[in-house]
Amino acid sequence: MSLPEPIITRRFGIENSHTLEGYLSSGGYRGLRRALEMSPQEVHEEVRTASLLGRGGAGFPAGVKWGFCPPGVWPRYLVVNGDESEPGTYKDRLLMERDPHQLIEGCLIACYALGLSQCFLYVRGEMALAQERIAVALNEAYQAGYVGKNVLGSKLSVDIVLHWGAGAYIVGEETALLESLEGKRGMPRLKPPAFPASFGLYGKPTIVNNVETLSNLAWIIENSGAGFAALGSEQSTGTRMFAVSGHVKNPGVFEVEFGVTTFRDIIFGPQCAGGIAGGRKLKTFIPGGASAPWFFEEHLDLPLDKATVDQAGSMLGSGAIVVMDETTDAVAACHNLVRFFARESCGKCTPCREGTSWLESVLSRIMRFQGRLEDLDLLMDICDNISPGIAWPPKMTTICPLGPSAVSPVASALARFRDEFEAYIAKSTVAASVGRPRIPVAAG
Amino acid sequence: MGYFTSDNAKLAEEIMARYPKVRSALIPLLHLAQEQGGYVTSEAMQEIAELVGATPAEVLGTLSFYEMFKPTDPGRYQINICHGISCFLCGSTELLHHAEERLGIPAGGSTADGLFSLEAVECIAACTEAPALQVNYRYFNRVAPELFDEVVESLASGELAEVPPHGVLARVRQHIPVERAAGPSSPEVSETPVWLES
Ligand SMILES: Cc1cc2nc3c(=O)[nH]c(=O)nc-3n(C[C@H](O)[C@H](O)[C@H](O)COP(=O)(O)O)c2cc1C
Ligand code: SF4
Repeated sequence: MSLPEPIITRRFGIENSHTLEGYLSSGGYRGLRRALEMSPQEVHEEVRTASLLGRGGAGFPAGVKWGFCPPGVWPRYLVVNGDESEPGTYKDRLLMERDPHQLIEGCLIACYALGLSQCFLYVRGEMALAQERIAVALNEAYQAGYVGKNVLGSKLSVDIVLHWGAGAYIVGEETALLESLEGKRGMPRLKPPAFPASFGLYGKPTIVNNVETLSNLAWIIENSGAGFAALGSEQSTGTRMFAVSGHVKNPGVFEVEFGVTTFRDIIFGPQCAGGIAGGRKLKTFIPGGASAPWFFEEHLDLPLDKATVDQAGSMLGSGAIVVMDETTDAVAACHNLVRFFARESCGKCTPCREGTSWLESVLSRIMRFQGRLEDLDLLMDICDNISPGIAWPPKMTTICPLGPSAVSPVASALARFRDEFEAYIAKSTVAASVGRPRIPVAAG
Repeated sequence: MGYFTSDNAKLAEEIMARYPKVRSALIPLLHLAQEQGGYVTSEAMQEIAELVGATPAEVLGTLSFYEMFKPTDPGRYQINICHGISCFLCGSTELLHHAEERLGIPAGGSTADGLFSLEAVECIAACTEAPALQVNYRYFNRVAPELFDEVVESLASGELAEVPPHGVLARVRQHIPVERAAGPSSPEVSETPVWLES
């Protein structure tokens, strides 16, 4: 496998890529200039042709989502999702720190195409450097006439407002993001009716897009949607960033051709993660962030293609590949992931609030050698209560997918590594059937 | 007398003016208060409530949802050790134990000299640089125990200038020049954007 010409990471090697000077001298704002020569409809059409899938997790085509704003309802807003916090996910922060103008340019193109009259750029609270780089970039861009009133002398007038989060994973869910932006606790809204494209920020049509999604727009408009769609597979077009972390020789963030590069290429390829560290064997890998069901050796030759991975029973999610070698304790890894969801549940839905805490509590008592054999059924029973049938894609009893996400690691680990759970239980100091665990205190 | 210094009161006005609804400025103002005082005092909450037209209980309700806001003083340096899955696989548990021993406090605790607080936190998006930590939201990558000790020592002796006191996030803020501003877009004003009219 050879790596493609990078698109969104192409400036990462340039030292001052985050400044206006560095950006302009490497072809910056050409996409915006080109867009302003086109009609807004033509710009939207170009993004449709590109068939750009959203990079935030759900993988919905951006051009199609853009079409969901009800006609004639104004104003419309753009909200940029820079809350990146799904475990294993590391790419939006890089894009914000190293090429903030590329993101700003993408925001302007989206606003022009859809008549979005204000943009809020929501950056995760913990990312101080990204906030700083974007602030500097925006200040420069305003001064130079790229943002604000009459962008580059055109009729386009739009403010981009930098907004910081304050630490809560669930705020990455788009309706929770809107609640947070309205100054409230970041709890998801019930969908329907609250699909942001029709009922979003302040109840008005709102497009929520991920940082990486928007960062692709400048290239697409400058080089054509067809040029983007020529890369990748039928539905997974262009290039995409994947973070490969865990037990690999060369952990890193790689921009590869979407849809055709395989897991083996990216995990074992010498230009990518270079294989398992220390010459050990692969045990399992998570293909798309903490929420995704686990993959194994037999999945290595699948391409990083949305449709293929969905069909194989998992998802590419947020482009986070987490590799575990043969020495990994599957029970401990499973517990680590479940604890995350238990801590981050917003508490609005009973199956998620109670279920994730129960899962965490049962798993931790197994690890403390206090488990019983029937705990394994209990775990599956709790999973079934959160997401009936434990199917993929998961059935929902909750307002957002966080609850069902906690089921993925439990179902995966129990199906494949049941013996490891049993080994813990064999060493248990507790007699069988002394009753169920006490109701856990809500995670905080 | 309000809580905010006169400079920060001006900044607060500037921030509030950017949003179509002033309540949206709540989280930015809490950050501003935390930047000024290192944590969010009850006087700050009171003043912010008045500024954004909410009750103090609503302000506390929002604040308590978000982990970064501290209602009590966490000390000068908040050390957050990531224990997300990628860091966990690369030794974050050992790093956390080392940190607890080195600082003499458990995760969740603060040192008596008011210098350090220690927490184990969820994924901080540095997964390929594991194990990673943040001090006041500045990253340190691939932290071996020796590096941890070095960081703590230089923080204690005030040598790590790139880490500002707790509460300070971006050191440069966005400023929208008045003559360049498009202005907030009110949800109450239903107008087709001019650039869509042909
Ligand atoms: C629990 C949860 C957390 C999420 N976190 C993020 C996030 O941090 N960043 C992000 O872009 N999308 C996140 N999403 C997906 C968003 O809801 C939304 O689909 C996305 O921002 C849309 O942008 P896109 O279409 O460009 O991908 C999350 C979803 C859920 C359910
Ligand atoms: S599923 Fe969990 S995180 Fe999502 S809204 Fe319900 S309680 Fe909150």
